[in-house]
Amino acid sequence: MSNDRHYPALSARLASGRVGPLWALLFRLAPPRWSEYVLTHWTGKKLVIAMPYLWLLLFFLVPFLIVFKISFSEARIAMPPYAPLLEWAGNQVVAIKLNMGNYAFLLTDDLYATSYLYSVRVAAISALLCLLIGYPMAYAIARSTPTWRSVFLLLVILPFWTSFLLRVYAWIGLLKSNGVINNVLMALGVIDTPITMMQTDFAVYIGIVYSYLPFMILPLYANLEKHDQTLVEAAADLGARPLKTFLRVTLPLSFPGIVAGVLLVFIPAVGEYVIPSLLGRADQLMIGRVLADEFFSNRDWPVASAVAICMLILLVAPIMVFQRIQSRELEARR
Amino acid sequence: MRSRVVSTSALLIGFSFLYIPILSMVVFSFNNSRLVTVWDAQNSPTLKWYYELFSNEQILGAAWLSIRIAAMTASIAVVLGTLAGLVLARFGPFKGRTLLSGMTTAPLVMPEVITGLSMLLLFISMEQLLGWPKGRGVLTITIAHVTFAMAYVTVIVQSQLAGFDDSLEEAAMDLGARPAKVFFRITLPLILPAIASGWLLSFTLSWDDLVISQFVAGPGSSTLPMVIFSKMRLGVSPDVNALATILVLFVAMGVVGGSLWMHRLEKRRARESQLAASDL
Repeated sequence: MSNDRHYPALSARLASGRVGPLWALLFRLAPPRWSEYVLTHWTGKKLVIAMPYLWLLLFFLVPFLIVFKISFSEARIAMPPYAPLLEWAGNQVVAIKLNMGNYAFLLTDDLYATSYLYSVRVAAISALLCLLIGYPMAYAIARSTPTWRSVFLLLVILPFWTSFLLRVYAWIGLLKSNGVINNVLMALGVIDTPITMMQTDFAVYIGIVYSYLPFMILPLYANLEKHDQTLVEAAADLGARPLKTFLRVTLPLSFPGIVAGVLLVFIPAVGEYVIPSLLGRADQLMIGRVLADEFFSNRDWPVASAVAICMLILLVAPIMVFQRIQSRELEARR
Repeated sequence: MRSRVVSTSALLIGFSFLYIPILSMVVFSFNNSRLVTVWDAQNSPTLKWYYELFSNEQILGAAWLSIRIAAMTASIAVVLGTLAGLVLARFGPFKGRTLLSGMTTAPLVMPEVITGLSMLLLFISMEQLLGWPKGRGVLTITIAHVTFAMAYVTVIVQSQLAGFDDSLEEAAMDLGARPAKVFFRITLPLILPAIASGWLLSFTLSWDDLVISQFVAGPGSSTLPMVIFSKMRLGVSPDVNALATILVLFVAMGVVGGSLWMHRLEKRRARESQLAASDL
């Protein structure tokens, strides 16, 4: 073993069996003198790049590979509750047990398909509602005087800094059948019997729109604020009515902001778990809740992993579009 | 004129939507009745829910744990996120840059259940392979929080750096300053506001996180959102209103104070650059 010479301490530890299998593998595969290599080559710039890079590789990318791996393994009653994919079958032979059963299971039980569709629908409608409320607000903020602008922006961000959970909790108090909204409406004589608002789709829309509204307003504002006002004036000088100017000039220009805002609401909302479990229906679960139940209640980790992988496949296209817009936005400022 | 009316009403409706629920929590935190939404006019306002809150050991302990985790998360995330933002904004093209920028924007939108699940499976595999981290608790929660919080810091720092051109840094280099000195003397002071808001944002994200913590927490490491969530599942209880009120008060003071400070900093910088220009 060529590395023994360079790492006497490590090879002693290896011999005494005090090193985990991954380190043992790294030790066997590592080029000789890699620590020297790192010390001489990873100075300055490379070190600065390496620190966040390694962190994200280890804690963001590798976990997805593990989820992917576990989605192909079989559940069993043990800790951890899944069968290993690679097994040492005797001498130097690795048996790979690839098992598509979890994915087949997702297809056979309706629960999963309907939950996916329901989640996408709820997320899409919520994103649209956010846009309808957020666009006029972002537009009005971008058109106000600088002092008011910073006050308004502060007011948009402020609820976001308070606890998300407590804001959803506030809506329980408002929407309950003996809650504030029903009490006020009954006192005013608008209705005689309380309306059921909790545990409906309506409550979920409210919860999501309320929690994610800042994520819609801020990118829209960032876009609308940059618009060249002379374009609007030129359109007006040429005789366009305000509505036409808006539709033909402002709206097309703000398209990147709209897409960014919609995706910032839509993508996380598809996997939303807290809001539907507090405000939503009991008979129709969202996919985030299904995943959590598979994991925590059924302890079926492989199926939970397969649910997660399917959700990722569904979201990969929107995530890439978002990524494209985001990096274009950040590069364009230079 | 008509557009003025439209703008004003859009803001009015939007802000009442944002603030009425918060106000209702504040009001009902002083309510005497245990029924959270029925106003007991005879015995209210009362501070009894505040007393109850401050005698609840479980909530206080969880709050202290959350503060500690959030402070650690914010401090680590700020360092890593600043480095990543610096690399993306200033280092030009290098091998693997696209992957890095992908890994810093994807956590912004990734559904929390997926992040939580994948993090937990990572920690379990690592424990099997390396024997580290031992079990799950404060350490694993902090690592998971840092990973998504640093993405926000990266975006903030990167966009701040993209707003400045690099002529100051180049000038310093030309005068013979080493890269590390350029960073600490020129770049860091320039992006200090971004770093400050990144720290606060990371703190809030960590303090607020429920789903990821639920996946990666172990026995005895229940954060404040986890405790509140389990309380809420059992039914609403008015001391949560009191907690929300205190939080809103803190955040409002913090945000207003912070933005005043930023405003002053910006003003001073503008004045200094004016002075510098008049010296020439």
